[in-house]
Amino acid sequence: MKPPLLQVEDLHVWFDLPDGRELHAVRGVSLRVAEGERFGLVGESGCGKTTTILALMGLLPPTASVAGRVVLGGEDMLARGERTLAPHRWRDVAMVFQGAMNAFNPVRRIGAQLVEPMELHGVAEGAAARRRAGELLERVGIPAARANAYPHEFSGGMRQRAAIAMALACNPKLLLADEPTTALDVMVQAQIMELLVALTNELGLALVLVTHDLPIVAQTCKTAAVMYAGELAETGPVETLYHEPRHPYTRLLFAATPDLDDVEGEVVAIPGAPPRLDRPIEGCPFRPRCDRAFAACVNAPRLVAVGDGHLAACHLNAGVAA
Amino acid sequence: MSANGAGPLLEVEGLVVRYPVSRGIVGTLARRPRRFVDAVADVSFSIGRGELLALVGESGCGKTSTAQAVLRLIRADAGSVRFDGVDVGRLGAGPLRALRRRMQIIYQDPYESLDPRFRVRATVEEPLAIHHVGSRSERYAAVVHALEQAGLTPPELYLDRYPHELSGGQRQRVAIAASLALGPELLVADEPVSMLDVSVRAGILGVLDGLRRAGLAVLMITHDLSTAARFADRIAVMYLGRIVEEGPARAVIDSPRHPYTKALLSVVPRRDPRHRVNAQILRGETPNPIDVPSGCRFHPRCPVAIPACSATDPQLEPVGDRHRVACLLAGR
Repeated sequence: MKPPLLQVEDLHVWFDLPDGRELHAVRGVSLRVAEGERFGLVGESGCGKTTTILALMGLLPPTASVAGRVVLGGEDMLARGERTLAPHRWRDVAMVFQGAMNAFNPVRRIGAQLVEPMELHGVAEGAAARRRAGELLERVGIPAARANAYPHEFSGGMRQRAAIAMALACNPKLLLADEPTTALDVMVQAQIMELLVALTNELGLALVLVTHDLPIVAQTCKTAAVMYAGELAETGPVETLYHEPRHPYTRLLFAATPDLDDVEGEVVAIPGAPPRLDRPIEGCPFRPRCDRAFAACVNAPRLVAVGDGHLAACHLNAGVAA
Repeated sequence: MSANGAGPLLEVEGLVVRYPVSRGIVGTLARRPRRFVDAVADVSFSIGRGELLALVGESGCGKTSTAQAVLRLIRADAGSVRFDGVDVGRLGAGPLRALRRRMQIIYQDPYESLDPRFRVRATVEEPLAIHHVGSRSERYAAVVHALEQAGLTPPELYLDRYPHELSGGQRQRVAIAASLALGPELLVADEPVSMLDVSVRAGILGVLDGLRRAGLAVLMITHDLSTAARFADRIAVMYLGRIVEEGPARAVIDSPRHPYTKALLSVVPRRDPRHRVNAQILRGETPNPIDVPSGCRFHPRCPVAIPACSATDPQLEPVGDRHRVACLLAGR
């Protein structure tokens, strides 16, 4: 069997707090993403999904410490810290940041900003880089001539397209996209998702889509992981997650999401709030909000296989494992 | 007319909200003609007591301007807003102030809309103090009742907390409680859950649903059709300053008649991965309202437009029971 493009093993991230304590933001996350695969990383705010992909990019602030293994194309990117990460960043793994459409330098032309990463990473220079910038813009649906435009001359949707073009500048194999459609209108959101799907299909690009929006993942990704309190609650094919969830959080999260196909159905909130991550968590982190919690939940559950490529961290699965 | 509750509580007729377009210093010096953009261009709808109307549309379509004009937070340039039979646009300061007690607004962002230095008690009591309502003990009782209505129970647990001690969902409930303290009859909710986590959204929407059942009229602004479909009695779809389709929620969702509504519904992602919708993705983006297309405003992006659409501006016409559509092709 071919090894996955990206393999994350037991990733931990801690942040130093000003008062000397630590916040354990990512608590043992393991993921596999195959070449050309679209993978959804889903969860609510503060669950550690953005921190996880920033760790993959090596872009966490100096107050963060990271442990675990991140293997990309066979090489352990964290083994020697920045020395192993830097050559991969942008060239093998690139990222579209949350709010990237608002992150362009307002006084530089879009084309010049696209050329920058190419020259920095030695992908192309001068006229060749400018030509490539035009091609990239065309590829994301913007006429190449608009490379001369300033960011304010673009709409939000076009700036997001340009941000995607910029992430593609150095031909990465893996694209990390953090809430790429969150501030966009429904129709523009559909356009951007259509573009990301087309790019993965045509360029063989793998995509990790980080979002709080379950339906977007359901419609675009093959597999997904649901994060809660810095851990994976469940991971598997999206169809299985929707039709046969094996973690109550996954089931309740779907049930809390209104759906056009079921406008009569109840939409139920999950009571309570996620635990604080700046103090130790005892037992299952979801236990206080869970509708199926029982005696065993005082012990932390392990993520175990419950089906083909399907893993869940819930004691309810004890004895019914695959 | 309807001070006794007959007829709709809110009636909006031919509403127009116009903003001047900045000419810049060069334009001003060159005495270029002042231009205006019609953010809301001839909008009519009504809401009854115990009814929730969802105003849906993309950013810039005029839904927030409509809501602000309803509350007279901004002045309408034409048309009328009648609240319980009274023309809100013609009221003087005194009567307007009295009317404002009966219509309240909840904003999108509970992290911005609450004063961080106010305890929950003070936030919820403030509208009562501003309107000089009741004695201290009566106000306290009203605050407790409002917190209960907003689902913050037991209220004693929340009275003395500051916003930073509350979660996003709890903050939005405090904002709702503050809007309920005066016992309003109309509640305007401007994207009330879009800043909140999925797991708490349903709770806030449930509160609004309960208030509607208790007889409040609710105008909810949202870009989320799934939420509108689940919680609204009626849905009005706006495009470029106009309502293009309006009707009972089920009719609009199940049998949309306007091509824009159809396209919007087709791109809403569904929860079930097996249900792949045949997304009809419109190209381009909503045109700038400074240059409104001729005829039907939607015709340049419309997948089924015919030549007549660029010449004739369609009006909202009935196509079913209380279901209206502004499309030349709707009757065919």
